[in-house]
Amino acid sequence: MNVLANSELWASTLALAIPIAYAALGGVMSERAGVVNVALEGMMATGAFAAVAVSAWSGNAWLGVLAALLCGALLSMLFAWATVYLRADHIVTGLAINILATGATGFLFNALYGPLGTPSNTPSLPRWVLPGIDQIPFLGKIVGHHEALVYLFFALLIALAWIFRRTATGLRWRAVGENPKAADAAGVPVLRVKFWAVVSAGAVAALGGASLSIGSLNSFSPHMVAGRGFIALAAVIFGAWAPLGAFLASLLFGFATALAFQLQSVSNIAKNLLLMLPYLVTVLALAGLVGRTSPPAADGQPYDPGR
Amino acid sequence: MRGVRLLWPLLAILIAFAVGGLLTWAFGHDPFSAYGALISGSLGSGYAISTTLTDALPLMITGLAVALSFQSGLFNIGASGQYWLGAIVAVWLGYSLKLPTPLHLLVCLLAGALAGALWAALIPGLAKAFRGANEVITTLMMTYVATYLGHYLIEGGPMQAPGYTPQSPHLLPSAILPNLVSGTQLSVGIFLAPLLAALTWFLLSRTRLGFSLRISGYNPRAARYAGVRPVVAILAALGLSGALAGLAGAVQMMGVDHRLFDSFGTSYGYTGIVVALLARNNPFGVLLAALLFGVLSSGANAMQINAGVPFHLVDVIQGVIIFFVAAEGLMRYLRLRSGGNS
Repeated sequence: MNVLANSELWASTLALAIPIAYAALGGVMSERAGVVNVALEGMMATGAFAAVAVSAWSGNAWLGVLAALLCGALLSMLFAWATVYLRADHIVTGLAINILATGATGFLFNALYGPLGTPSNTPSLPRWVLPGIDQIPFLGKIVGHHEALVYLFFALLIALAWIFRRTATGLRWRAVGENPKAADAAGVPVLRVKFWAVVSAGAVAALGGASLSIGSLNSFSPHMVAGRGFIALAAVIFGAWAPLGAFLASLLFGFATALAFQLQSVSNIAKNLLLMLPYLVTVLALAGLVGRTSPPAADGQPYDPGR
Repeated sequence: MRGVRLLWPLLAILIAFAVGGLLTWAFGHDPFSAYGALISGSLGSGYAISTTLTDALPLMITGLAVALSFQSGLFNIGASGQYWLGAIVAVWLGYSLKLPTPLHLLVCLLAGALAGALWAALIPGLAKAFRGANEVITTLMMTYVATYLGHYLIEGGPMQAPGYTPQSPHLLPSAILPNLVSGTQLSVGIFLAPLLAALTWFLLSRTRLGFSLRISGYNPRAARYAGVRPVVAILAALGLSGALAGLAGAVQMMGVDHRLFDSFGTSYGYTGIVVALLARNNPFGVLLAALLFGVLSSGANAMQINAGVPFHLVDVIQGVIIFFVAAEGLMRYLRLRSGGNS
């Protein structure tokens, strides 16, 4: 059990949870507005690629983050347009976006970088040290120094929770996901609110991709997202469609991944069996919990103002 | 309306090729020579056509798997995982059992189907039926588990062949599907595709079980009134879908690969989805749609070699096709815009 006493395990739990947590936050933003977002995986892939490409091209990792935000938002506009205005099936469209994003990033990756892959001198995001906090024994090692997007996540989490609970925007946002008809009657422009909710969700999910590609590493490979978008979707459900809940659920999946890595060095269980862990934990979490939380009332239903 | 239903997928294909052409052009290649290389590489010779059919076969069967689940109102997006389970079990029995040819083939195929069925029904199916767990997530998660299982088995696990290469032993000759066109990889497995399509069609539209599945997919509440037990419908739909996907893996191993090696991926499930949606979940349409993707797949390498366009262009084309198929409402929207009534 001394694996659990190793601060490195907990530090990497946090680091590995953050990409999922960004996507999960995007999932909450989208589903609270009533759009089921299976496209998180594609948003992450897009963000991961855009971040690396622009960071390598400009020499500035922050421009890479900006590019991820923009590309995530753009791809999400396509998704939002189809689901909100064309009333296309959310799941089918989401899968389509994933296939499109995987294909496009794979194509661009090969067209731009060829077999050598992304340049090795691509700048990655800075690691920030929290002065004072990093000196606290044990805890300091866990939360004291991480890449910048880890800390920015918490700012975003607090901002979003505040928007949801305390602002008129948050009220409209939740209203269109719970009861679009009533929102419509109250004068809320339902379709527009849904559209921008989904677009901003895509931007946030793409940040998760960026933290994956230029956060801890500084490279991109076509299958690097590896189902994290779907794990994030599970985190949304497990976290009962709340920002904080989604983050805590992401921590659970981050822990499963971190544990799999740690156990590789201290146990003689085969690597490939350990790597199944986060995926199995996701299935178990869904099977064990669902039914006790419920989605926003109009989640997944296209809204037709004419009816 | 029926005309529109057929027209729209064709239009989606055209738009996708146009987008692909633009992308090719934007990267400094000639789109016409790229598509020329693609066509001649996939249909230009007997060998090319055999390769196209070989590539289309697993897509036909996984496409049927996905279509069956979609028609039942369930999103089995983990066909890849069930495919690999079928592949693993078929290979294992294919090199370890000693049986006369026809029996050995039958045992391997059926065991592959059974493995795929269990992989889909046992965990995602039961979790959905009794706990309401979203099958979109669980079936995909089980795909990753399946690929790691495959890696484990041949990288130091119980199925690794003697030596250092991560691969399983070769199948015994009695477990190999006979070759159809010598000098190519096309096996008699290709005849299974129309047979399975006909069976799927018969099951869905001519049997009581198929009716229960479709009504559950169309309207779960009506299904309950009609006396369909949701648990049974879910397990049957995912189990049958998984069986088809598992069979696809078995056929691929017994007809083409002849052993497990490090080729585990998740792409069959995704392409299966594209195939099913493009075909509007019609079993015979699935055969045609898979043929199109067989052309894209076998022509892609020729396109990369002869025109210098990365074969990932094919994935972009797939993505665009499927986006437009999904955004079918676009048609209605455009018509409203132009003032017509629909």
